[in-house]
Amino acid sequence: MTPLLSVHGITKSYGGHVGCADVAFDLYPGEVMGIVGESGSGKSTLLNCMAGHLTPDAGRVVFDTRMDGPRDTVTMSEPERRMLSRTDWAFVHQHARDGLRMGVSAGGNVGERLMAVGARHYGEIRNKATDWLERVEVDPARVDDRPTTFSGGMQQRLQIARNLVTGPRLVFMDEPTGGLDVSVQARLLDLLRGLVRDMGLSAIIVTHDLAVVRLLADRLMVMKSGHVVEAGLTDQVLDDPQHAYTQLLVSSVLQV
Amino acid sequence: MIKLNNVSKTFTLHNQGSAVIEVVSDVSFAVAKGECVALTGASGAGKSTLMRMIYGNYLTQTGEIRIGDIDLVQAEPREVIALRREVLGYVSQFLRVVPRVPTLEVVAEPLRAVGVCAVDAEARTRALLSRVNIPERLWSLSPTTFSGGEQQRVNIARGFAHAYPAMLLDEPTASLDAANRDVVLSLIEEAKARGTAIIGIFHDEAARARVCDREIDVSLFTPGVAA
Repeated sequence: MTPLLSVHGITKSYGGHVGCADVAFDLYPGEVMGIVGESGSGKSTLLNCMAGHLTPDAGRVVFDTRMDGPRDTVTMSEPERRMLSRTDWAFVHQHARDGLRMGVSAGGNVGERLMAVGARHYGEIRNKATDWLERVEVDPARVDDRPTTFSGGMQQRLQIARNLVTGPRLVFMDEPTGGLDVSVQARLLDLLRGLVRDMGLSAIIVTHDLAVVRLLADRLMVMKSGHVVEAGLTDQVLDDPQHAYTQLLVSSVLQV
Repeated sequence: MIKLNNVSKTFTLHNQGSAVIEVVSDVSFAVAKGECVALTGASGAGKSTLMRMIYGNYLTQTGEIRIGDIDLVQAEPREVIALRREVLGYVSQFLRVVPRVPTLEVVAEPLRAVGVCAVDAEARTRALLSRVNIPERLWSLSPTTFSGGEQQRVNIARGFAHAYPAMLLDEPTASLDAANRDVVLSLIEEAKARGTAIIGIFHDEAARARVCDREIDVSLFTPGVAA
């Protein structure tokens, strides 16, 4: 089987400071990988390098495209990369307002991504947008309201609908449940798990919440100071951590 | 079906003075299809550790753990994921689920994961839940609010939903009353009759005597107290 995403030697530094160094892994179709680590460990830098928001100093991010098979997305042209990020890729930001257009209605937010891939029929776009609002448990009656009138949890679900409407194959998520109420978190986790299974998505989830990765991710990478210190099956890394930092991380979780 | 060759395991606690604890060393045994083997030994002998090594959530340092054609010690994460989905089932002592997911879906999930259609999965799930005596009015609720014994039975229904060729059972009859214990033991006997290779930890001696063909004393593999 060809990996959906194959990352080789990704390195990014900010001046003399190391963002992430020499990260490599393969992600196969249908797999969900978690990346955990403390603040400043380089997880978001890595995610942004993979998603094309940052240009890495070195390394390759090879994505198995539908048309031409595996292509290095770091060296492909900007329009090609932009097309990928509208179709096969999706990016869920930690703060929903970074991923939404706050001045446009909820339906417009979902429809915009459809129009970006060529949908032009207003009725169809609206129907699809309404359908997706329902799937992420946002009342379809709110389709014409702006996200500024939505709660934080609703905004986050709207952002997910906007991202998944074009049927992407790879979703990047940056702290998707961060800053949300725990009851809303549980609902969002349940939703994400269902979507990942039903749509056969692959996902890379950056978070510092170990409970989230245990429930969502098949595999886990632990980062510290820009380096991957441990990687493996999620339950193996959490139940039997090998590296000193992972042991500290796992033993520091508060029990409820 | 399950074969261990010279398997050893140590824990290194980096944050507690780098203490190294040897748990088991040089474990070798095999379990054939349709056979049920009990791991025995005093508390702390390494029964659960060994079981988790066979499931792959504890890392094995040396040796070989073969399940079917795959060596779990060397396998890639995705191979282990596929193995757990199709071949190797595990009934732990505790149920771990996403909050708010109804019991019916929790139990059906392993079936859905191997591609059984929603209708067939639900039929099988309903049959299993009635069999382990979970009242039907609870089926649409999340098991997180259930009593300990009910959670344990939901866990067992989930574990037996898909007919895995190999299964690991960690105290499947603990905290169950006589009637439910009997149901669980029958489920184990049926699995054996299908040809499932089973490794279990049973503190309940009568249960062990009824379903297990052999016992393996894990304390034989425990090294002398190390550094």
